Amino acid sequence: MTELFPNLDIAYGEIFLSVGAMALLMIGVFKKDSVNLVSWLAVAFMAITLFLTIAAGGEQTYTFSNLFVADGLTQFMKVLVLVAAALAVIMSREFFKLEGDDRFEFPVLLVLATVGMMVMVSANDLMSLYMGIELQSLSLYVLAAFKRDSERSTEAGLKYFVLGALSSGILLYGCSLVYGFIGSTNFSSIAAAISNMGEGGAPIGAIVGLVFVLSGLAFKISAVPFHMWTPDVYEGSQTPVTAFFAVAPKVAALALLARTLYVPFGDMVGSWAQVVIFMSVASMILGSFAAIMQTNIKRLMAYSSIGHVGFALLGLIAGNAEGLRGVMIYMAIYLVMNVGMFVCIMSMRRKEEGMVEDINELSGLGQNHPVMAAFISIFMFSLAGVPPLAGFFAKWYVIIPIVNAGYFSLATIAVLTSVVGAYYYIRIVKVMYFDDPAEEFVAQKSFPMKIIVTLCAVLVLAFIIPQISSPVLDSASAAASSLSHN
Amino acid sequence: MEYFPILSAITFLPLLGVLIILSINGEKEIVERNARNAALLTTVATFLFSLVLWFSFDKTTAGFQFVENAGWLGGGIQYKMGIDGISVLFVLLTTFIMPICILCGWNTIKSRVKEYMIAFLLLECFMIGVFCTLDLVLFYVFFEAGLIPMFLIIGVWGGDNRVYAAYKLFLYTLLGSVLMLVAMLYMYGQAGTTDIPTLMQHSFDPHAQIWLFLAFFASFAVKMPMWPVHTWLPDAHVQAPTAGSVILAGILLKMGGYGFLRFSLPMFPVASEELAWLIYALSCIAIIYTSLVALRQTDMKKLIAYSSVAHMGFVTLGIFAFNVQGIEGAIIVMLAHGFVASALFLCVGVVYDRLHTRDIDRYGGLVNIMPKYAFVFMFFTMASVGLPGTANFVGEVLVLVGIFKVSSWVAFFALFGVILGAAYMLYLYRRVVFGELTKDDLKSMLDMDKREILIFTPLVILTLWMGIYPTTFMDFIHVSVDNLVVQHEASMATYHAALETVAGH
Repeated sequence: MTELFPNLDIAYGEIFLSVGAMALLMIGVFKKDSVNLVSWLAVAFMAITLFLTIAAGGEQTYTFSNLFVADGLTQFMKVLVLVAAALAVIMSREFFKLEGDDRFEFPVLLVLATVGMMVMVSANDLMSLYMGIELQSLSLYVLAAFKRDSERSTEAGLKYFVLGALSSGILLYGCSLVYGFIGSTNFSSIAAAISNMGEGGAPIGAIVGLVFVLSGLAFKISAVPFHMWTPDVYEGSQTPVTAFFAVAPKVAALALLARTLYVPFGDMVGSWAQVVIFMSVASMILGSFAAIMQTNIKRLMAYSSIGHVGFALLGLIAGNAEGLRGVMIYMAIYLVMNVGMFVCIMSMRRKEEGMVEDINELSGLGQNHPVMAAFISIFMFSLAGVPPLAGFFAKWYVIIPIVNAGYFSLATIAVLTSVVGAYYYIRIVKVMYFDDPAEEFVAQKSFPMKIIVTLCAVLVLAFIIPQISSPVLDSASAAASSLSHN
Repeated sequence: MEYFPILSAITFLPLLGVLIILSINGEKEIVERNARNAALLTTVATFLFSLVLWFSFDKTTAGFQFVENAGWLGGGIQYKMGIDGISVLFVLLTTFIMPICILCGWNTIKSRVKEYMIAFLLLECFMIGVFCTLDLVLFYVFFEAGLIPMFLIIGVWGGDNRVYAAYKLFLYTLLGSVLMLVAMLYMYGQAGTTDIPTLMQHSFDPHAQIWLFLAFFASFAVKMPMWPVHTWLPDAHVQAPTAGSVILAGILLKMGGYGFLRFSLPMFPVASEELAWLIYALSCIAIIYTSLVALRQTDMKKLIAYSSVAHMGFVTLGIFAFNVQGIEGAIIVMLAHGFVASALFLCVGVVYDRLHTRDIDRYGGLVNIMPKYAFVFMFFTMASVGLPGTANFVGEVLVLVGIFKVSSWVAFFALFGVILGAAYMLYLYRRVVFGELTKDDLKSMLDMDKREILIFTPLVILTLWMGIYPTTFMDFIHVSVDNLVVQHEASMATYHAALETVAGH
């Protein structure tokens, strides 16, 4: 079933952004000192893409010979990815102005990675899945090593590249197994083939293939046991890059994971549920316990993100629309909390030392910079999942479906790990408020940063108000039901 | 909405105070003075406002009153407020204690006054919310949210070992609460709603009830606190600033008892009855063991903290006696403890502000220089012991009557608590107030000033009022408690009938 000319309506966003990336590259190469221009153009392009994505509507449509799909889920997740990417570019302006090393490749690479993520989110075929992942990953490898004369940054890039290439290999191998045993790479065809085979009828080779695909994707969302790269890459990369890593790729990969599990392998729940349960539980436990000993705030955020991914995976285990909705809400709230927190981390700088990352440097912040300390505490309590902040509702919406699905022990483990997690989150609050003041930070001056962090904090605080939360909740419900209909 | 949403107004009025304090800027001294004034004004206004409940509460119905209902998260989760005879007095207790707390930190809190006042006002909002809400999720939100300001109050303005105490408080309570959260989610899945009145009518599967009960128990037992999960309390009390201790003893501890009455008893009647032995055992151990521990304390605050645990043992005994006397007694003990323990912590605060130590050995013979203080301390010591004519007496007698009906042995053990209570309180009083004034640093201590007298006067009046004419307060709770007991007996009867049918076949 190939159309003579593919329906481009639903892919305008991706097309526009790809062309935009090329244009930005040209501008960057031919125009001297154009970093500022390129960056702000990148933000503008992302805003336009955001508009195009929303305008495309949430109706389920396939194109490019069924390689590409658009529905409520893709729309929701693409919005998150684009917002995260645009914020990362804005944050990078502030960062590079202060730290130097200001190069126009940064926004271009970021835009390319974003295109990759959008393709991942919309992939409806193992081929487009792989293409999206590779476009995203290759850009991210470079971004991780962006500060090329820094040992830590290069190490981060190299580590990320070697392990990422390995995981891509595993993923590709899994894809080939699935193709070999099922006979198709298209999600819809795989789903049809598997449901024809009946309960437990899927060949063992396909199951092995699925596990390989899952492992490859687990690497991208940094779920245990494929998380090893996360702390090092988070620590080594420059802070805006870390902020980007912490959110956008995870959103995209989770969307992709959700689609892979729900659509082609939806009838093999029994085979993949235990794998996902293991990843989820292991991530939550490792994320909470390993973070306790961290002294570097970025490493702490890395472990925190591992734990949060474990929580988000809970929603997928339920295997229904309610669970998927939980995942989407989780990622939306996770984005807000993380972006806010990373803006705060970026403003941890002193006159002589420059950027500092040790948690103890925050000591006494409650007296030196009461506003910043209040913001960080809001994000910390929210990440810990303490009501009435948004983080609590994120957890709430992923735990409801698994309790309804009868996984009581899983829910109990989840909430218990969140208590352990609370320990290290409130440690930061403790350092800020209970300890004696350290030397003051240079006050944050940039206006966009202030706006972003204030907005994030207000959203986290106000999520409890139905007028604020209902747009997210409603669109997530609509999107989730759109996917589970096939 | 048909009429003015008074419960929401009372709950969120303190937040208005927070906004006002946040907007104060300028010279440090002026900011501090204004922050204090704004906080006092807000809490007093909240209290006056809540008096509307006192006067317009309908004492003849067991139903929920002043009910407000608005959409919230959807799917059966609503923003619902309402009070009945069980909760109304706790709301009033909260609004009454708050101005006292603000006043008692008036001069002693010197650093970060603005933040201090904000923390207390936030805490007030959350605590009132806990007692007013009629939605499970909203209850959880308020219940947990209170931890954040309490954590900061202890951690920032506490004593030397404050970090440890703050952590312990936070993690203990959180650990208990998250288990309750899972149970709540299960109930939501079963009943399809988180509306508390509806859930009270919903009969959960008896087997599941045991697990649900235990999950809620984990949370309330920590909050209460019951032996053996009480160990956070002495630490928290000792390290907290005086006002923090007052809030802890006066109100936060009542949330556990309130939770038992609001959730455990009406929602899991079978499990409550089945597991009552556990409660009896833990309560008796708490009463006797913590009383003995209190006898050996050298720190005044710690001693009173342990006495709180013992008093809370009476509360749990009364609640799980499943009869009107027991439950009414439990509520009265909670209210009385709210006045008396708060006052005792304030008494400790008075001398602590002067000498900056809570060590009992550093005091002695205070009666010679501080007669007014000696009188007030004496009064509340007697009240804590349960002297007839004070509030505690009424509550403890009712609890003992109630529990005696169920088991005379349990009542026998509980009675030890009364005797030991007299022992440790009088021993404390003797060491601090009586004797010769030999220590030099005590000789220059001043008696209570006007502010302190102003703080204690309402507490003395209320303790006497409740002790001499408890009917005023009993009228509020009687119908609701009656209804609770009737409901409980009805659901137990259904359960036993169902069991017999199963056995008969």
